[in-house]
Amino acid sequence: MQGTDLLLQRPVCAQPGDRRTRTTDPIVTGTTVLGLKFNGGVMLAADTLGSYGSLARFMFMERIKKIGNHTVIGGSGEMSDFQHITKTLEGLVREDYCIDDGFVLTPKEMFSYLNRVLYNRRSRFDPLWNDIVVIGWDHTKQSSFLGLLDKVGTAYEDNYVATGYGNYMSLPLLRAGWRPDLTKEEARALLEKAMVVLFFRDARTINRIQIGTVTASGVEVTAPFELDTTGQWNSGENAIRDDEFNNS
Amino acid sequence: MSSIGTGYDLSCTTFSPDGRVFQVEYATKAVDNSGTAIGLRVRDGVVLGVEKLILSKMLVEGSNRRVLTVDENIGVAFAGLSADARMLVKRCRTEASGYRDFYGSPIPTHVLSDRISGYVQAHTLYAHLRPFGCALLIAGYDAKGPQLFAVEPSGLSWGFYGCAIGKGKQACKTEIEKLRLSAMTCREAIVEVARIIQLAHDDSKEKTYELDLSWVCDESNHMHQAVPAALKAEAIAKAKQAVEEAMGE
Repeated sequence: MQGTDLLLQRPVCAQPGDRRTRTTDPIVTGTTVLGLKFNGGVMLAADTLGSYGSLARFMFMERIKKIGNHTVIGGSGEMSDFQHITKTLEGLVREDYCIDDGFVLTPKEMFSYLNRVLYNRRSRFDPLWNDIVVIGWDHTKQSSFLGLLDKVGTAYEDNYVATGYGNYMSLPLLRAGWRPDLTKEEARALLEKAMVVLFFRDARTINRIQIGTVTASGVEVTAPFELDTTGQWNSGENAIRDDEFNNS
Repeated sequence: MSSIGTGYDLSCTTFSPDGRVFQVEYATKAVDNSGTAIGLRVRDGVVLGVEKLILSKMLVEGSNRRVLTVDENIGVAFAGLSADARMLVKRCRTEASGYRDFYGSPIPTHVLSDRISGYVQAHTLYAHLRPFGCALLIAGYDAKGPQLFAVEPSGLSWGFYGCAIGKGKQACKTEIEKLRLSAMTCREAIVEVARIIQLAHDDSKEKTYELDLSWVCDESNHMHQAVPAALKAEAIAKAKQAVEEAMGE
C-alpha cells in the first residue's frame, strides 16, 4: 500500500486522524544566525540564547558548533533538533578519523548531507525544526564555503546569509557592507554591528554572542562575549539611512 | 600441544571428553599462523606494532592495514584472519559510538574490551556460526590512563602491560619481559617494538615485512594515530642497528 512501511505495516507519514504530532511546535528555540564571507575565509555569528517562548531561559546556549577541523555550523530554531544534528555530524567526523584514509568530509559534503536529512524529514512530516548556516574551508579546492539550509530542505550558497529576523534586519546591512576583498577584521566588525541591530529589534535575543571563523589555517570559535550596546539604540536606523539607499 | 580432536571438532557445540572446544582452539591456530602483533603499555601511553608480511611485491605500501582506529582514543591491532578482524573492529566502532551517544563520553578501554569479548564469546556457542579467527590488542587512553587489553577467539580478555600475538609471540614475549615498561616513554617504546618485531622476524623463512606502528599517548594528545613518519623511520633505523649490534656480539 502506498505510503506504508512494508516491513512494519504502519504509515510512514502523518495520516488524517493521526493523534501523534511530531515537531511542528518548537519549544526551546534559538534566533538568528548570520554568516559572512571575507577574503580568505568565512565567519558566522549567533547569540547564546535558548528562548522558551517569550522567556529568555538558557543564556549560555551554544548555537555555534565546530564540526571537524574545517567546518562550523550555526543553528536557529528548535535547539534539541540542532543538538541532534550536531551529534550526528560529529559522529560522521569521528568515522572519518577512524577510517583514516586521507579523505575527510568537506564543508560542502556536510552541507549536502544535512540537506538530504532535512528534506527527508520534512517529506515525512516530521521535520527537524532548524535553519542552519554551514561555513567552512574546503582544503581540496582551497576556497571558503558558506551555505544556508532551512527546515523544509532548501539549500543555497551565498556570500552572506541570515536566518530568521536576520533576513530582514541584518541582511541589508551585510549586503551594503560586503566587498570581495573584505578583511577578517572588517567582517567581524560588520557582523557585530548587525548583531547589535538585532539585539535592539529582535525581541528574542540577548547581547551575548559567539563568533565562529574558518580560514585555511583552521577553525576558531570564540567564547561567548558581550556586545557593547550602550547608546546605540539608533544603530540600525543610521546604518540604512544613507544616500545610496535614499536615492533608489 | 596440538592434538587431533577427531569426532569432537566439527562444531562449537561439541565438547571433547577432556573438556575442550576444538573449534575454538583451531581458531586460535589461525591467529598463531599470522604475522606478529605487539602492544606495550608504558608510562605515558600505549604503542602497537604489527609485522605485516608482504605477500607480493605488487602490493602498494600502506595497504591492508593491521592497526585500525576504533574511537579517537582507542586503537586496535590484530593477528589472524584479517577479514574477521575487520568485522570485529567494525563492531568495536559501533560499541564505542553507541556508548558515546548514550553516556556522552568516550568508551573506557576496559568497557570496550569487555563488550567485544562478550561478542566474540557469543560466536563460540552455536553450530551455525564459526568463531572469529583473530585476536585483538586493544590500546586506549582513558580516565584511568593508558590501557592495553588482548581479546582472543575464545572470548577471554586480559589487561596487559606488554603482550604479543601471532607467529612470533613466544620470542616477543620473552623479549618484552626483559623490558622495564613502567619507566619507559612512548618514544622509547616505539624503538623497542620495532626492535622486538625485527628480532622475531625470520628473514630466511619468511618474506619481507612492513611495520605498522601506532600509539596513543600524551604526545598525541591522547588520540590514537599512526606514529608520525619521521619518528617511525627513526625508530626502525635504531631498531635495525640494535639488532645488528646484538647479532655481532
